[in-house]
Amino acid sequence: MIQAIGLTKDYGARRAIENLTFEARQGEVVGFLGPNGAGKTTTMRILTGYMPPTYGTAKVAGFDILEESIEVRRRVGYLPETVPLYPDMTVFEYLKFMADLRHAPNAEDMVDDALALVGMEDRADGYISNLSKGMRQRIGLAQALLHKPEVLILDEPTIGLDPAQVVEVRSIIREIGKERTILLSTHILSEAQQLCDRVLIINKGRIVAEDTPENLQARLVGAERVILRVRGEADDLAPVIAKIKGVRDVDIQPDGTLAFQFAPNVDVRPEVARAAVKAGYDLLELRPVGLSLEEIFLQLTQETAKEK
Amino acid sequence: MRNIWTIARREYRQYFISPIAYIIALATLLWVGIYFVVVINYVAAQAYYYAPPAPGVSIVIGQMATIFLLASPALTMRLLADEQRMGTMELLLTTPMHDWELVVGKWLGSFLFALTLIGVSLIYPLVLHTMTTGGIDQGLLLSGYVAIILLSAVFLAIGTAISALFSNQFAAFFATLAILLALWWLISLPTYVLPPGTISDIFNYLTLNGRFNAMLDGVITNADIVYHLSLTALGLFLGTVAVEMRRWR
Repeated sequence: MIQAIGLTKDYGARRAIENLTFEARQGEVVGFLGPNGAGKTTTMRILTGYMPPTYGTAKVAGFDILEESIEVRRRVGYLPETVPLYPDMTVFEYLKFMADLRHAPNAEDMVDDALALVGMEDRADGYISNLSKGMRQRIGLAQALLHKPEVLILDEPTIGLDPAQVVEVRSIIREIGKERTILLSTHILSEAQQLCDRVLIINKGRIVAEDTPENLQARLVGAERVILRVRGEADDLAPVIAKIKGVRDVDIQPDGTLAFQFAPNVDVRPEVARAAVKAGYDLLELRPVGLSLEEIFLQLTQETAKEK
Repeated sequence: MRNIWTIARREYRQYFISPIAYIIALATLLWVGIYFVVVINYVAAQAYYYAPPAPGVSIVIGQMATIFLLASPALTMRLLADEQRMGTMELLLTTPMHDWELVVGKWLGSFLFALTLIGVSLIYPLVLHTMTTGGIDQGLLLSGYVAIILLSAVFLAIGTAISALFSNQFAAFFATLAILLALWWLISLPTYVLPPGTISDIFNYLTLNGRFNAMLDGVITNADIVYHLSLTALGLFLGTVAVEMRRWR
């Protein structure tokens, strides 16, 4: 459904994305995972026909994004990162306007369907300026879904929402993802794991990894990271812990706790706990922490460097 | 065509919920109304001493041209600049609509609003018609209204093009005003100092003001119509280019 071939985009001298080649098949939910500024939005803007790539091309729903832009746009629903709404229109007016631009034969039914899908039927006559952020996001989603597009492109669909709203929006996406091809971007690892069949990790405009969330998880659990908290200063404890077999990368955090990593096949935590107590410290906490996105990139980029 | 109409209709409705449009309508009709009353009273007072010629429709339309010079930039300033600022441009440019359809639709919306104002102003010639013996010259009425309609089409097309270049509507306002003033009046200045000849004729050909006054006097040539329509088309073309340039940045 989406086939990108060597997409490259330069903004003046700065290269935003470089030689991106990837694919999203029919009915697949593909996640674009990467930090801010990685090139996710740029890629999506190219795929939706908003801007042309500097080099490369892509086919979306079987049409070339450069040669047949209008045909592509007919078949794509797009939710940009900043949800584009007209605050001085009512929800219904706005969606009707968008449906008209999509040449919907029965625009009003389409609006009703889309509103039902995002659970906003009761707010149809309210002004958009009076809606909460979460509701606006849902209206944006309704706008993208209006014409029942074959391909949905969602740029950070859950950004800036409160936890309850995030859950709502995710469940809507899961619902639509059952039958449509979705490309969504996020910088939250767990979100990508929950929603996507396949994840593309993008950093500094390049794809650094591409896999199913399960495989990716397995690759990433090359190390587990643990935080150790004791009463008082932990400075003297650091060398003691570092001596334990299997422990690596011990460092003292700004808040006075100790962080270290260990390989998952040898759990060193009991030994660490004993060592801390033996050294005369009151052990308060020993807690595993997930890898942050930055650490994942570091790890993946190192991994790819090693492979080469 | 359908997209143009969708955009134009939204834009037209938008005017009726924005204060600026009401201020423009008020200013136009108030000013024309005051001027109308003053001129009528003046002519009536003169009639004690001699029989002055009855005022024609030009007392209404001449004033409207001046007001449109200021009002057009205000009507067009937010057309495309605001879409850029609000981020809705990204939405419009990813719908199955050609860039020129967006630009023409925006212009059409503002043109329809101007036509509405022009339509309301018809009340003055109507009053004039009943006040003067023998009524007003219907030929002049027609040519005058053709003139103001052509002129507003040009003004609004230029404004639409400028609005596509900016994301700040006030920048768009002043840039449009500057260009309209130049086309209306400034461009005719060289003809005062140049010796009569080809160059002088070119400047004379380009100025909107001279053509407008000639049309008010009832002289409409094909060249006038072609000139106004080509300026309108040029404005809409440049607006489309400006929107396309945004994509390439």
